[in-house]
Amino acid sequence: MPATIVQTNNTPFVKKEIDPVTLDIIENALRNARIEMDATLVRTAMSPGIREQGDAFPLIADHTGKMIVGQFGSFIGGFLKQFDGSLEDGDMIFLSDPYSCEGAVSHSNDWLVLLPVFKDGRLIAYTAMFGHMSDIGGKVVGSMPINATSIFEEGVRIPPVKIWRKGEYNEDLIKLVMHQTRKPDWCQADLNALIASCRVAARRVVEMAARFGDDVYVSATQELLARNHRAMKSLIAMAIGEEPVSFEDYICDDGMGAGPYKMKCTMWREGDKVVLDFAGTDPQSQASINFFLNENMFKMFFGIYMIMVFDPQILFNDGFYDLIDVRIPEGSLLKPKFPAALSGRTHALGRIFDLLGGLLGQKTPEFLNAAGFSSSPHLFYSGNDKKGEWFQLFQIGFGGIPGRPLGDGPDGHSLWPGFTNVPNEFLERYFPLMIERYETEPDSGGAGLHRGGNGIHMTYRFLASGTISIHDDRWFVPPWGVNGGEPGKRARKILEKADGTSVIIGNKVEDVQVIEGDQLHFITWGGGGWGDPYDRDPALVAKEITQGLVTVEGAKAYGVIVNDKGEVDAGSTDVLRTKLRGERRAVPLFNYGPGIETLRANCVVETGLPAPVQPVWTTVEAAE
Amino acid sequence: MGYRLGVDVGGTFTDLLLFNVDTGAFWRHKTPSTPHDSSEGILNGVSAICGEAGVASQDIEYFLHGTTVATNAVLEGKGARVGLITTEGYRHIMQIARSYVPGGLAAWIIWPKPTPLAVLEDTVTVQGRISAAGDEVRPLDETGARAALTQLKQQGVEAITVSFINAYANGAHEKRVGELAREIMQDVPVSLSHEVLPEMQEYERTLTTVANAAVRPVVGKYVANLRDKLAVSGMGGKLSLLRSDGGLMSAQKAEEHPVNILMSGPAGGVTGALWVAKNAGFKNILTLDVGGTSTDVALIENLEPRRVRTTEVGHLSVRASSLDVKTVGAGGGSIAYVPELTGALRVGPQSAGAVPGPVAYGKGGELPTVTDANVVLGYLPENLLGGSFKLDREGAKRAVQTIADALKIDLMAAARGIIDIVNENMFGALRMISVQQGYDPRHFALMGFGGAGPLHVNAVARLMGSWPAISPVSPGVLCALGDATTRMRTETARSFSRLANVTKADELIAILKEMATQIRAELKSDGVAESTIETAFEIDVRYAGQAFEVPLTITLEVLERDGVEGLLTRFDAEHLRLFTFNMETPHEIVNLRAVALGPVLNLPAAELPKGDGDPAAAKMRDHTLWMDGREQAAVIYDRAKLRQGDIIPGPAIVVEMDSTTLIETGCVATVDAVGNILINLA
Repeated sequence: MPATIVQTNNTPFVKKEIDPVTLDIIENALRNARIEMDATLVRTAMSPGIREQGDAFPLIADHTGKMIVGQFGSFIGGFLKQFDGSLEDGDMIFLSDPYSCEGAVSHSNDWLVLLPVFKDGRLIAYTAMFGHMSDIGGKVVGSMPINATSIFEEGVRIPPVKIWRKGEYNEDLIKLVMHQTRKPDWCQADLNALIASCRVAARRVVEMAARFGDDVYVSATQELLARNHRAMKSLIAMAIGEEPVSFEDYICDDGMGAGPYKMKCTMWREGDKVVLDFAGTDPQSQASINFFLNENMFKMFFGIYMIMVFDPQILFNDGFYDLIDVRIPEGSLLKPKFPAALSGRTHALGRIFDLLGGLLGQKTPEFLNAAGFSSSPHLFYSGNDKKGEWFQLFQIGFGGIPGRPLGDGPDGHSLWPGFTNVPNEFLERYFPLMIERYETEPDSGGAGLHRGGNGIHMTYRFLASGTISIHDDRWFVPPWGVNGGEPGKRARKILEKADGTSVIIGNKVEDVQVIEGDQLHFITWGGGGWGDPYDRDPALVAKEITQGLVTVEGAKAYGVIVNDKGEVDAGSTDVLRTKLRGERRAVPLFNYGPGIETLRANCVVETGLPAPVQPVWTTVEAAE
Repeated sequence: MGYRLGVDVGGTFTDLLLFNVDTGAFWRHKTPSTPHDSSEGILNGVSAICGEAGVASQDIEYFLHGTTVATNAVLEGKGARVGLITTEGYRHIMQIARSYVPGGLAAWIIWPKPTPLAVLEDTVTVQGRISAAGDEVRPLDETGARAALTQLKQQGVEAITVSFINAYANGAHEKRVGELAREIMQDVPVSLSHEVLPEMQEYERTLTTVANAAVRPVVGKYVANLRDKLAVSGMGGKLSLLRSDGGLMSAQKAEEHPVNILMSGPAGGVTGALWVAKNAGFKNILTLDVGGTSTDVALIENLEPRRVRTTEVGHLSVRASSLDVKTVGAGGGSIAYVPELTGALRVGPQSAGAVPGPVAYGKGGELPTVTDANVVLGYLPENLLGGSFKLDREGAKRAVQTIADALKIDLMAAARGIIDIVNENMFGALRMISVQQGYDPRHFALMGFGGAGPLHVNAVARLMGSWPAISPVSPGVLCALGDATTRMRTETARSFSRLANVTKADELIAILKEMATQIRAELKSDGVAESTIETAFEIDVRYAGQAFEVPLTITLEVLERDGVEGLLTRFDAEHLRLFTFNMETPHEIVNLRAVALGPVLNLPAAELPKGDGDPAAAKMRDHTLWMDGREQAAVIYDRAKLRQGDIIPGPAIVVEMDSTTLIETGCVATVDAVGNILINLA
């Protein structure tokens, strides 16, 4: 039963001719309104996740729910289809359950606020924003248990409910929700921030409609969608072939010993339309690494990638949606069946972007990027400090941007828009921690004409006993290189105990006890390399040795030999490069490393960890 | 008789404004800049303006100067080679920065990788560790420090920066390495992070200290050269530079702390606007400084410009106070184009710059710009600058026609479209500093200056609802006017980072007093009389856990009387105004700041002769222009001949040496007592 929209004024909007100038003005004004949403949010939110790392996503949609500005595309259509209630002036929707909004948010930690915007009794727009809450209760601190086998273990689930009903605030509802979390102060502030952002944008939309006239405003939004549709149509015709191309990549493991999990996508064009078919993707996991991928969100990812790769001038909105047909098999890792656990979805979400990069660039290698820092590794650390006060830290790690057509990948940066790292002095001031090292991990970026960015080697010294959890990936299947570039180095975690012993710990672990004086080396992976490493200027390689970004040993991957003074030994370099070129077979488009079976065989030796075992699916049919 | 000379060196022109302190009379002059050595252009200007005014250069008491020398050193990477010494484990601090990639999803694909301001080869680490509480965890490894310094010396660095983790809490290790540095490399300037910026956040503190070190030699050389040249020309006046925060500092102080003059350029316009506002009787002003490639906007409330704690230069965000000036890539030279895929009309941020410039300038420009659209519409008459320079209107039409063809609309509609889009971009920037900060633009007047500000100010005021739209006296040299009329200023800040409920007012007062003593001494050493120094304080407060704080001005008396409670009540009110809600969470006192100010200069503005309301005497000729979708009759006036009280109905154009004011249809302008043109809805 779809949602019922209650308007006191049912006059339909009249389509007006829009001159191109007015159209561009409205587009700019909407873009400014979106910037205002972001600014309001970061200034008032409280959890480090949203505040420092910007883990929140705004959108402004037209009156039918199509996104006009934003970045993750609109879920509103799907939401309206499922929502069994009415929407009227003064209402505001609040939700977090991925299963009640077709995956608009993909784990319960993301709280979403949706505001239908009414003007003079008519629904004229929607504004919405979601952000990641640091803790929503459940069985572990941070509410993202790796070993969860159902969503019921992952904290409070909020179906679409009205936080405001006809202008009246539902205080009891919020009390009930806040009662479930370990950090009600953060959650309350972050929720306030989401609401304030949506209200700011709603005010701008109403002002704009008043300035131009409601009919002109609405007609303009429709024309903006149509304009984007036309642009994307020609882009698709130009860049996508009718012959299917496929690409596959992996999630290393599920944190419970099984892996890797394959994600596969095949793309082809049928007339004006692109089909993106995930057939061949592995079935859902029994653990929490499933990613409920909303089809519209994936269309938006695809659109943005097309735009960034081929023509960064175009502004994106939902206008091109009907040009794309996304097919995701039911019961697969990307469309798990209720009540599959979802909290650890970050790895599959990130990997989607590597998948897209590999798909889109295959036929046009000059546009191809290597595999990137396609995840958000997490560290959780909680306990009671020496004064007995409770603390809990949720931190996102950073890593290597891949080698790109443009040049080297930046070291220790973020692939996610707006994310920034938390200052270490801030961590030391507010948590029982000393950060002994915060440097890039030399040689972790894949060798190439354009080097992949290095991952980060961060060393936490714990000053209070407590518990840590780690969510990371790419420790087993390396990030691939392209056009001759080498894969990047994989992620590692080492716990150096206060007694001087060291132990390698897994990259998806829960509830590891640490004591005062223990040090955790949290090493993230590097980006893949781009282009032939033997073509890289030897002087640049030597310079990067003096910069601590590449080691003398690592330089050999570029066929470069340096002497004791750090100068390039031109003779030996030539000899080595000639030899390596001779030994190499054809320069591959993609370099995935040695392949899953070899990785498995060498796993203990290379990573210090047992290889994940091939997942077996007993209850779910192989997804087709 | 005392004279103050304001000098603003821009990319194309050097603007000078000579001000008679007693009468308010002033002279202005524009001369081409000489980028190879700015002092040449300055000296040309000085002799010209002194000649015009009949003033001997010896009579100039103060030489006040806004300069982009520090800005350009950073933007063009022409700063000194800086060696950075940091804590073991943090060698890549400048390389990793804040891990931030600007732009939206997938923007990393097209984001160039920046090179750190202190390159990695010249970054070395030393053992030794201070905790967040300021305690020594591990002693400084002096042997290692000596080795590091020796290495940097051999590598030939030109400046040393020491920035250790938690140095804001305890600078002992930095101090010691500073001593060793002076011992090992006597002639190389040393900057210590806890002295330059005693605040938390290692990347920002390090970057700020490095930026300071990098521009120091450049600024030093610049100032020394200028001082020598001026001395030779017989000018003995005191040389001061304009800080990014709109105050003045002695040239000597600027040499030591050049990080404070990184945004000296745009600050001049704001301080100029402030002077104009004061004399015209306005307290709340939005400024619109439209140049060739970009537009700067700022907000002045109650005659105080808004300040921010950071200075943005290129992709770097340095922790030094500056006026809250937002810049958009929209100016007279902004290029209009229609991308093939979307068929949308876009204006800027690409600019034709000074070379080749707009098509109408006839210097080889071929792409349609905002200036060309203004020429096509008749807003910029063909004869400018007293007839010595004729605009190529036919060329401008041909260029704008390409846009009209791509959009399938007529020439005039395309030209007006370009203007509307660029106005909208300016509007967006103005909204970020007003509405978005909780200010209602309808309570502000909008002042347009810079070469093209007065052309756009009327239209943008209409969008904002900010009336009147003001075209100030001498809009083309307002920056130089600002240099000439502002006051001395210095400030210092400290991290406090403690919960308010465990903080006593007495503790805060003690620290603030200590800070005040320090900065008052600084101004005194710059020659400001002790009795004329004003001190002001600010305390940054937030809800514990937030990342952004709200600065609150306060006096020691009020703090004593109302205590910490009073401060928090004010914070809650401000938070409610800005963000529409309050919280139960405890408050945190984040930073303390003290500002010392030199005396306010009550510099009067010279009055115009009184007229009878009829501007006929200033009329140059009849004119036609295109507005509101049709051709309209308009009149062109000569600004120099306007009298106070003149009333000019729109559409009309007022021309002067270096600027043109457009009064739109449906609006009416009045000339105030000192010559500002105030435009209101008719």
